[in-house]
Amino acid sequence: MEQELGKNAVWANYQKDIADDHYYYCRSCIRQAFLPGSERMFLHIVGNVLGKDIYDDPKHTTCTGIAYHSDLVPQETTATVIARHFALMTEAGYENMAISCITSFGLYTEILETWKEHPEEEEKVRDYLWKATRREFKIPKNIAHTSDIIFHFRHQIAEKATRRLVDVNGNPLKVVDHIGCHYAKLFPSKGVGGAEFPYVLAGMVDAWGGQQVDYPERRHCCGFGFRNYLVMANRGYSVANSHKKLESMKPYQPDLIVANCPGCAMFLDRWQYTIEQMEGKTYGANGQGIPVLTYEEMAGLVLGYNPWDLGMQLHQIDVEPLLLKMGIDYNPAGKHELGARQLTIPTLK
Amino acid sequence: MWGYSIAKSQSIVYDQNDRTIINYVLEQEPSLRTCMACGGCTSTCSAGNLVPFNIRRLNTLLQRGEYSQVKKEIYNCMLCGKCTIVCPRGVNIRNVVLKTREAIMNSEKSDANDTNAI
Amino acid sequence: MKHIAIIGGGPAGIESAASLAQLGYRVSLIEKSAELGGHLSQMFTLFPDGRNAAEVLSELIAHARQKNINVMLNTEVIDAQRNLSGFTITLSNQKTVTADALLIATGFRLFNVARKEEYGYGIYKNVINSLQMEKKLRTGDLTMANGQMPKRVVFLHCVGSRDEKVGNNYCSKVCCVTAVKQAIEIKKMNPEIETFCFYMDIRMFGPYYEELYREAQEKWKVVFVRGKISEAAENIDGRLQIKAEDTLIGKPLRMQCDMLVAMAGMESTADAKFAQTLNVARGLNRFYSSTDNYLRYNNTNVEGVFTAGTCTAPMNIIDTIANARAAALSIHQYFSK
Repeated sequence: MEQELGKNAVWANYQKDIADDHYYYCRSCIRQAFLPGSERMFLHIVGNVLGKDIYDDPKHTTCTGIAYHSDLVPQETTATVIARHFALMTEAGYENMAISCITSFGLYTEILETWKEHPEEEEKVRDYLWKATRREFKIPKNIAHTSDIIFHFRHQIAEKATRRLVDVNGNPLKVVDHIGCHYAKLFPSKGVGGAEFPYVLAGMVDAWGGQQVDYPERRHCCGFGFRNYLVMANRGYSVANSHKKLESMKPYQPDLIVANCPGCAMFLDRWQYTIEQMEGKTYGANGQGIPVLTYEEMAGLVLGYNPWDLGMQLHQIDVEPLLLKMGIDYNPAGKHELGARQLTIPTLK
Repeated sequence: MWGYSIAKSQSIVYDQNDRTIINYVLEQEPSLRTCMACGGCTSTCSAGNLVPFNIRRLNTLLQRGEYSQVKKEIYNCMLCGKCTIVCPRGVNIRNVVLKTREAIMNSEKSDANDTNAI
Repeated sequence: MKHIAIIGGGPAGIESAASLAQLGYRVSLIEKSAELGGHLSQMFTLFPDGRNAAEVLSELIAHARQKNINVMLNTEVIDAQRNLSGFTITLSNQKTVTADALLIATGFRLFNVARKEEYGYGIYKNVINSLQMEKKLRTGDLTMANGQMPKRVVFLHCVGSRDEKVGNNYCSKVCCVTAVKQAIEIKKMNPEIETFCFYMDIRMFGPYYEELYREAQEKWKVVFVRGKISEAAENIDGRLQIKAEDTLIGKPLRMQCDMLVAMAGMESTADAKFAQTLNVARGLNRFYSSTDNYLRYNNTNVEGVFTAGTCTAPMNIIDTIANARAAALSIHQYFSK
């Protein structure tokens, strides 16, 4: 019966092609600033753990997505910047894009889809790019968000894993997944599992021994919304969306939230502090917050990496209760180091 | 300190709404159930053309248990009865207004009498 | 004696078979399933007056029990060819039949509600389609998946109809009144259950339908909310949370319910292989189209091929029966020329 197949039936309708090797990496502005360990870990997992070829190009820039969605940059400019990235990829000899940011992934997809419908736009942008930079490009063969790539190799990662998403007693951790809106809401067919019940993160949770949590506001936006958080007066309804989600997930007592979008990961993490300060309300166990992880951090933990090398000390919500729950033997004193670098230790005034 | 606060939801959260007032009105004037929201009442309303008083909308709000606007505006009705004449479903709208006022008054009275009221 | 092959043994096929036999034709009534009746055999009561569907069906079948009608059950039409003497039809039982005219009465396909992913049909156990609700009413078992009685049942109109996203711009006509009928039947069985209908427009096209709508509001306290549900999700108690806009107020509305009934629309069956072989024309809505919507409704672009019932458009039982009789007469006129 249709009804018994459940989510698997929905997921089966949304398979997407994800390249197996040779990726051109597109970094994310927000992640480089706020979650640098995650991007580093992605390159490490793909390049060293999985032994794939991935190129991290120093010439690559922002896609202008935040400015574009805040009405500061016109679409032609954004399209030309993205065309430059295609050109850099072409020059470097790659055909598969691995995009770290959900906003960028949505934009790259949007631009390509626009060109399919309006080839004259592509011609125009080729002309702009040539005039501005004397560069030319090929359309990528494959575009994947970096969470797609981790999803693609989730079973290989599980094979190499030294830990699972379980607590010290072996009970699966309850994991809430949060998918960035621009991952599949713009083009449902471009996301693993579609827009309503995306499987890209849930599949990792399944493969690594955790338990997915479905809750009523699972599909709701985190409230990031670009100009909504950029303008202070608008932040009230930005935070209200995260608030709505947190209220909705609280009864399920999730152990962690995993997000695939830079903005979502940051906001679901930071807004918990804001809400606690404004209303005194917390959502995790023992009056603490719910740790918010990126999928690279989640992968890094199961692969046995030091949480501080993953950059998890940069979160607003302390991850140590989660590490203890998982029975991870970590060094509390190393918290304020990232690689060999000593970080500034926050002090309370 | 923040320059903003967590915005409150504008949604009708049906299950959180108290149904005392609407239950009273429906009991006293069951014809309200047959409203199909044509808006004939509002278009002809003596008050609604001049002051905030959309009787069609207020009747819908009432049925969802959303009372704050109803309480604010229900006294704007002039009780002329034209709405009741035009209603194609025979809703006694004039009586709906009267019974709503009554129910609101009752609820305020019981709130005042309830020493445990928050 | 001219021989007419009727494809499809639902109400349209049965009634046109009976009419054609009475007019003096030999009829083969080809039905792919094990019994006659089509979707009608799954219905409980019929609107507007609550007539028992099984009774209507058994009368239709009794009417078709005539010596010139050969009923072929468990038989699918694999293909059909038109030739000088008429039609040669290949059947799933390896046999072929020849006919002088062909009447297509293949009915409709129920819209698969899983395609509207936002409602979680196939994921949440208490999201069901209108045909499943019909079965609950027929068997008198209104319980939910956990065996408990629902406290609140919500009907959602226009699922798979009037919806460009699923490629169906048309109205399926019968769903509005079906929701009203089902809500009333629930109330008759258990007046404690709250019933809500979420609609975009209420389309009460038939005689006494509007009266039924009014009766639902007045007598059975069915509540109507104008707004399409955009999302259903299960909460921790296993109840469903639904979101809609109450468009008459202009505010979003959230509500919990125990059961969500998606009023699934009708979709065309005109993609059948035999129809493609014969090149029977289809309209923009993908149903079979007529050569003239007013004067030759049952005639297709292919000479000798006729249609009846919901394979041409969404229709209720009353109109389907009338349409089946009209199709029989159209065939009779064709041979009387």
